[in-house]
Amino acid sequence: MLNYVSKRVLIGILTLLAASIVVFIVLEIVPGDPVRLMLGINATEDAVQALQQQMGLDQPLLTRYFSWIGGLLTGDFGKSYTYSVPVLNLITERIAVSLPLALISLFLSTIIAIPVGLFSASRRGTLADSGTMGIAQIGVAIPNFWFALLLVYVFAVSLRLVPAGGFPGWNAGLWAGFKSLILPSIALGLPQAAILARVTRSALLDVLGEDYIRTARAKGLTRRKVLYRHALRNALIPILTILGLQFAFLLAGTIIIENVFYLPGLGRLVFQAITQRDLIVVEGVVMLLVATVILVNLLVDLSYALVDPRLRGRS
Amino acid sequence: MSLLEIKGLKLRIGAFEALKGINLSVKSGEIRALVGESGSGKSMTALSIMQLLPGGAKTQGQILFDGVDLLTTSEADMCRSRGNDIGMVFQEPMTALNPVKTIGEQVAEGIRLHTGASRAAAEEQTRAILDRVGLPTAQFPLSRYPHELSGGQRQRVVIAIACALKPRLLIADEPTTALDVVLQAQILDLLQSLVHEERMGLLLISHDLAVVADVAHSITVLRHGEVMDNGETTQILTEQTHPYTRQLAQASMHVPERTSHHSGQATTNGPLLAIRSLSRTYPGRRKGFFGRDGDFKAVDDVSFDIKPGQSTALVGRSGCGKSTLARMVLALEKPTGGQIHFAGRRIDKLSQEDLRPVRRNMQVVFQDPYGSFNPRHKADRLISEPLFLLDRDIPEAERRDRVHRALERVGIPRTDKDKYPHEFSGGQRQRLAIARAIITEPKLIVADEPVSALDVSIRAQILDLFADLNDRLGVAYLFITHDLAVARAITDTVMVMSDGKIMERGKTEEILRHPQSEAGRALVSASPDLHKALARRIGEQG
Repeated sequence: MLNYVSKRVLIGILTLLAASIVVFIVLEIVPGDPVRLMLGINATEDAVQALQQQMGLDQPLLTRYFSWIGGLLTGDFGKSYTYSVPVLNLITERIAVSLPLALISLFLSTIIAIPVGLFSASRRGTLADSGTMGIAQIGVAIPNFWFALLLVYVFAVSLRLVPAGGFPGWNAGLWAGFKSLILPSIALGLPQAAILARVTRSALLDVLGEDYIRTARAKGLTRRKVLYRHALRNALIPILTILGLQFAFLLAGTIIIENVFYLPGLGRLVFQAITQRDLIVVEGVVMLLVATVILVNLLVDLSYALVDPRLRGRS
Repeated sequence: MSLLEIKGLKLRIGAFEALKGINLSVKSGEIRALVGESGSGKSMTALSIMQLLPGGAKTQGQILFDGVDLLTTSEADMCRSRGNDIGMVFQEPMTALNPVKTIGEQVAEGIRLHTGASRAAAEEQTRAILDRVGLPTAQFPLSRYPHELSGGQRQRVVIAIACALKPRLLIADEPTTALDVVLQAQILDLLQSLVHEERMGLLLISHDLAVVADVAHSITVLRHGEVMDNGETTQILTEQTHPYTRQLAQASMHVPERTSHHSGQATTNGPLLAIRSLSRTYPGRRKGFFGRDGDFKAVDDVSFDIKPGQSTALVGRSGCGKSTLARMVLALEKPTGGQIHFAGRRIDKLSQEDLRPVRRNMQVVFQDPYGSFNPRHKADRLISEPLFLLDRDIPEAERRDRVHRALERVGIPRTDKDKYPHEFSGGQRQRLAIARAIITEPKLIVADEPVSALDVSIRAQILDLFADLNDRLGVAYLFITHDLAVARAITDTVMVMSDGKIMERGKTEEILRHPQSEAGRALVSASPDLHKALARRIGEQG
């Protein structure tokens, strides 16, 4: 087991290194010079060169790569070209919104999807099953920004229960911050729940056809007990896989929802940084996301071994 | 009164009439065998008793258990009976246990469910029953997971689950079909003694009369959902009044007629296949950064020859290394030591490209005819697949001609060549597999348990076909099997393998009559044999 973990961590580090090279090179190739963008089209050549020198952009590629990587390792993500503040500060500020949002959405998705999947699977082929799965199908199909607008209209504009958008900051109090994340979490989490419910149902149905389910029934267990005690845990592997993928998406792929609700999250930060050629910010956020995805994948892989004893002790 | 009394049981699944009014009874302490071929309704009878039928199944008639009709019993009451009064053992031990729960949890679950015993008390009982089925907790702690046990051990766990609460009726659905003959004998022995100790009734389901002949008190023969024959075992098997019973008995003892034995015919040309000190070792399991278990020798210094046209059996228990050996011969796996010569040429170091002419002359037939076909290809394409091994591109007319000839040789009408695999029966599929093997007119066919997945009567036909092809085409065979009846039926020589080594070899008749090695003796004494079982029964009854 320890062997397995250390191997996975090593692979993770190598992946990060490879990603850093790719990210760096791609952003070098992308057209648009941040200095010219900052100084405007009327800037003199001298001014451009002076600023380039000041920002270290006149150094050779390799030198810049190593100084960037060296910075990352010591926690120095560099300084944003546009905001002139450390990138790390920008990122932590935004993560304070994005991480809770992702976690609440994931939580919502899980507590809705798994019971719904269990409900549907245990009533396979009945009206209840096809009805639930029909709703889930709609949930998968609806674009989440439209759903978000609908939520805003009903709960913020008409019922006035929660704010329609914006984020007061955690300093304004835990409840105030949480309240402004409720609608975005639902808008993000429900479509994910629909996907996860379908996965849960089909994973359970696969398992329910197994011989050991019949053995359990022959022991005298009721259908319901068989479902909870024997089927669910065996169906967890595909469920965990999807959960891992969803977390990565929820952390970084929320730009549309962030825009709808006017939330200062990671998605908007990256989007703005790209349009402003604030490359150092883009690089920092992308590296952080890559690291998160690798970490989540590692956790998912380790949880496989917790769920299925056959995967333990295998390298 | 009988413990179990089935009266006029009819079962319908959709439009299919699975059972057409069967009658059957099991007394306490009685072993009743329910024998029939696949599709006869044996398993459906068992599932009807358990009330675990697939959705959409409709039953009629009566299943009286201790005078209570199970067909009208509520699901809640059935849950109280299952695992408590009625236990069931299934065919496939490899999949019958939940892979994510320990064997202790799985045995104790039923005990706690029905008796409400505390965790500790249930564990105590679990230890006792596992010990009784031959899995002492000192060696097999309750914390073991199913994947850490062999097939035979898992079947013991399944039996422990079924017998934990000493049910009055035990149903065993082909409990030994997936096991090798030695394990089969052990499991049958275990079931027999459990029945004897607890005076349980046992309904033992099997497709082979020879398997149940030794242990069953009475036999019911089922075919197409109808009872064909029914009575006391010795009487049924000696008199064989019913033609279907006779057919089953004959099929299970069937030995094909072989006119000319090709062995020794072409000795001057040297052996067709020569194996020299062949070994295959697998590295042991890694235990940490530096530690490793010892290497596992699957095949250990094996040497033998097969002459042109010779039919040789490689027999042994599961896990003895016979399949690994076959895979090396087929160049599907690289040996770690030794040499393989085929038709005078060393082949174990050849590249895939250089192996082509070799593969043309060496084909394979696997155990599972369904699993070895691409379900989306038609028979025509499946059979002609090996033709790419020929050196030249063959014209369409010749290809068609070869397909027709191959189909004809295995007894399948030409018109069937446009069918898909699922449209053929199990026996026909194995014929297709053989047609595919002979289309390149090979000199050697390696067959890995080619008949063990088939019903007895179909098995007899396929054995005939193998014998016939050997006679007519002079093709040599290497039969990999744990079933001595197969070896006896169609091979000239036999090799007994155990722990990766060949323990003894010689003429099939001699070895099977007087095995010298321990492995050989174990196989021979465990092999189900209708003649021997009958002789013993008649002797006992005077």
